[in-house]
Formats: sequence, structure tokens, C-alpha cells
Amino acid sequence: MALVQLTTPITEAQARSLHVGDTVELSGRLYTGRDAVHHRLHHGDKPPVDLHGQIIYHCGPVMVRETVDGTERWACRGAGPTTSSREEPYQWEVMRDHGIRGVIGKGGMGPKTLAGCVTYGCVYLHAIGGAAQVCAERITRVDGVDWMDLGSPEAIWHLWVERFPCIVTMDSHGNSLHQQVRETSTAALAGLQA
Amino acid sequence: MANSVSVGIAANPTLQASLVELIRVTSTVLPADVVRAVTAAKGDEVTGTNAAYALEVIDCNIGLAKDKSQPLCQDTGSILFYVHTPVGYDQLAFAEIAIAAVQQATVKGYLRQNSVDALTGKNSGNNTGPGTPDFHFHQWREDHVEVKLMLKGGGCENVGATYTLPHPKFGGRDLAGVENAVLDCVLQAQGQGCGPGILGVGIGGDRVSGMACAKTQLLRRLDDVNPEPVLAGLEQRVVTKANMSGIGPMGFGGKTTLLGCKAGALNRVPASFFVAISYMCWAFRRQGVNLAADGAITSWLY
Repeated sequence: MALVQLTTPITEAQARSLHVGDTVELSGRLYTGRDAVHHRLHHGDKPPVDLHGQIIYHCGPVMVRETVDGTERWACRGAGPTTSSREEPYQWEVMRDHGIRGVIGKGGMGPKTLAGCVTYGCVYLHAIGGAAQVCAERITRVDGVDWMDLGSPEAIWHLWVERFPCIVTMDSHGNSLHQQVRETSTAALAGLQA
Repeated sequence: MANSVSVGIAANPTLQASLVELIRVTSTVLPADVVRAVTAAKGDEVTGTNAAYALEVIDCNIGLAKDKSQPLCQDTGSILFYVHTPVGYDQLAFAEIAIAAVQQATVKGYLRQNSVDALTGKNSGNNTGPGTPDFHFHQWREDHVEVKLMLKGGGCENVGATYTLPHPKFGGRDLAGVENAVLDCVLQAQGQGCGPGILGVGIGGDRVSGMACAKTQLLRRLDDVNPEPVLAGLEQRVVTKANMSGIGPMGFGGKTTLLGCKAGALNRVPASFFVAISYMCWAFRRQGVNLAADGAITSWLY
């Protein structure tokens, strides 16, 4: 397992250099986007930010308004990944149409997304589900938000992160840890039937 | 809803403060029995594997959430209150105060804005609306109020399932059929429920009562032993076999797929045999309190 430091935006070559099992620490801009954002992009809405070279984080953070030195701003109180498989119908399209280089989520995604990773040069990064505070600690700033009409968890939050931890579980070489574990666990449990 | 009793209770801020504190602790501090299970699992995984890495991050997250008094998981999930009250206690007034407490805890950031209109998709912004929070009231013969709270994330709720037996793949209307169905649920969930998970299993009942029974099992302590030996054996076998599946923490592969399994049984009608499974993530947020007559917390339950 290699530990790779990456700063967004990343290039296609950087995305293609990653392999299943690599540990990645991401720095720079991350945009959140989950169910409603993907649904909107699927229906042809223009994204409010330039997604080229960027990574979409499947996350609905806990955000509160706080006042520091007389200035009001957003503060992140928790920001772990949400289940990615719900974006399986749309993710490959977002790769094709908006030039993203990867997504961060949890639970992995299916064959359409894996094919998208291979074709467009993208990577699936797995954050640790439920680890809202470990993730939030690496979010150093919240710089803005778009599509707030979708509700706070579904909006596009502009996060700035330092050394955000994740693991490559699907790569641009057609490998998926999720597919491997599903196959081995199916065989193992078939042998343990009561 | 406004009657003299509810107005009397609503005017007392002690109960609301107690419920806000219950919500804060539930959201930010993993119960001791779950921490013990996570710590034990961490020791079982091989150093340097993805599974060990996942459990290290989880362990670190448990400490951070507690120290910072911030949510363990950003997904507040379903807000489930299980409340026992003495005969004659005003449950309507309690619900009003609990709803106010949920709104207050949302503003404080202990809870995410998590209640969405099923038809329009509009977020209510304060965690209240039809069905949220969810109250399960019961009367009892004790002289005090007991409140248990679970915050159950959507990721794990989505991988729960109800099976009907007999089933061509899982078997007949017997314990073997039940066991195979439960293990299929674990297999289908893979890492999507934020494992290592804890299963609540309800055998029998109907489609509502069976799942309600499954969820109620999650209120049991992880280290208890089912007084019904047949169910105790089933619980043990499910955990052992699931942990031989190799699904592992987060579905990364590894030795710990389940931290526990708790099963209960209800009578069924002759025509039906349901096996309901409620999957709980490792971020198993459940806590409870006993309350004094004025609404102050007298003791914590987990």
C-alpha cells in the first residue's frame, strides 16, 4: 500500500497512476455532491462550479453558522462519506460530461462507474464511513455553498481540505476491491449454509 | 393537544434540557459496550491491512467526537425515541417537549438537518415533520419515565431487509432458514451499512411488528446473553459465520464483519413466517436516561 499525497485539481495521469489499495491524502478543494446534485446534473443543469480536474465528495455535512471576531461564517461539525451506490446510475455521466477525476464516498460503486473510471481516467476513493470527526478535522475551511435550495445535506459545499484520508478501492485499470470482496464472501458464505 | 397538564409540563424547561443533553450524548459519545466491541475488533485485525486502518480511523473518530462534543457521524439518521411512562403520564406533552429539544439540538449542531418531505424533497430544516422524530411510547408500572434514544443512519437502514420463509435459496420455516436469511442480508449489505455492523433480528410477527421487534433488539446491551437458549445460539452462530465471510470493516476485507447480533421472536400467523433484519452501523448511537418527576436526569442507561 503506497501512501500518495495529492492536491486538487488533479490530472488524468495522476488519476491513472493510482491503484486499488493505495492510501491517498488529498489536499486542496473538494466539492460535496450527493443524490440531488447528481440528479440535477443528469437532467442537464449546468454545475455552478468548474468540476474539471476536481473530485466530488459524496457527503452531506453538518454545517452551522458561527461568528468569529465579529464575522459570521460556515463551520463544519461533521463530514463523513455517504453511501455512493445511489449515484451509480449517474456517476459515469458526470465523469464524461464534467471532467471530474474522481469521487470520494463509501461502500463502493458498480460496473457503470468502474467502466467510467477506465474510459475517462477517474478513481474511486473510499473514506471511512461514520468517521465524521476524523474527516471534519481535515476540512480547514468552508469557502462557499451552491444549490442550497436542495437543503443543507444535499447542497454543493466548497470545502478546503488538508491531508484528507482515503483508500483507492476502484481504479482506472478496471480493478474493484468491492467486486473482489463480494465474490470471495459469496463463496465463503455459500460454504457455511446451515 | 393543549390541555392544562401539557401546558404545565411544557412550561418546565428541565425536561427539555434533559432531552437536549440526551441527544447531545447520544450523538457524540459511543456507548461503552460498543466501544469495547470496537476495541476488541481492532486487536483482531492484521496490522497494515485496510481493515486495521479502517478500525484505527474509527477508534480515533470515537475519541474526537467525545472530546469535541460533535456528532460521531454526520448522518443523524432516524431519530427514534423509546419512552416508558407511568400510567396517567401525559405523553402528548412529552412529545411536544421532545420535538422542541430536537429543534434545539439541531440549531446547536448535535443533529444534521435530516428530515425531508417524501413528496417534494424539501428539507424541513429542523428535524421535525410527519413521522420525525419517531416516538414509541409504552406505559409501565414503574413510577418514573425512562427515555431511550437511537440515531440510526440512513446507510445502515437502507441495507436492512425482511425475508419470508420458506425460500428456495435459504430453506424452510426453521432455524436453519432463519440463519441463512440473516447471513444473506449480511452478504448483500457488504460494506454499505458501515460495518462492522450489529444486527437486530425479529423472527415472526407481521411486516410491521417483525421489524419493530428487530429494531427493539438493538436496545439490548452488546454483552448481554439472550435468556432464550435457542436464540442465544442463533446470535452466536450468525456472528461467527459472518466473521468468516471476509467482508470485513467497511467491506474492505478482514475478520470483523459483525460486532454483534441480537434476535427476538414474536408469535406469527400460520400463513406467515417473516425474518426481519435491522442492520446497525458501527456508529451505534443509542443512549438512555431515567428521569425524576421534574424531568431531571437521575441516571444513564448504557
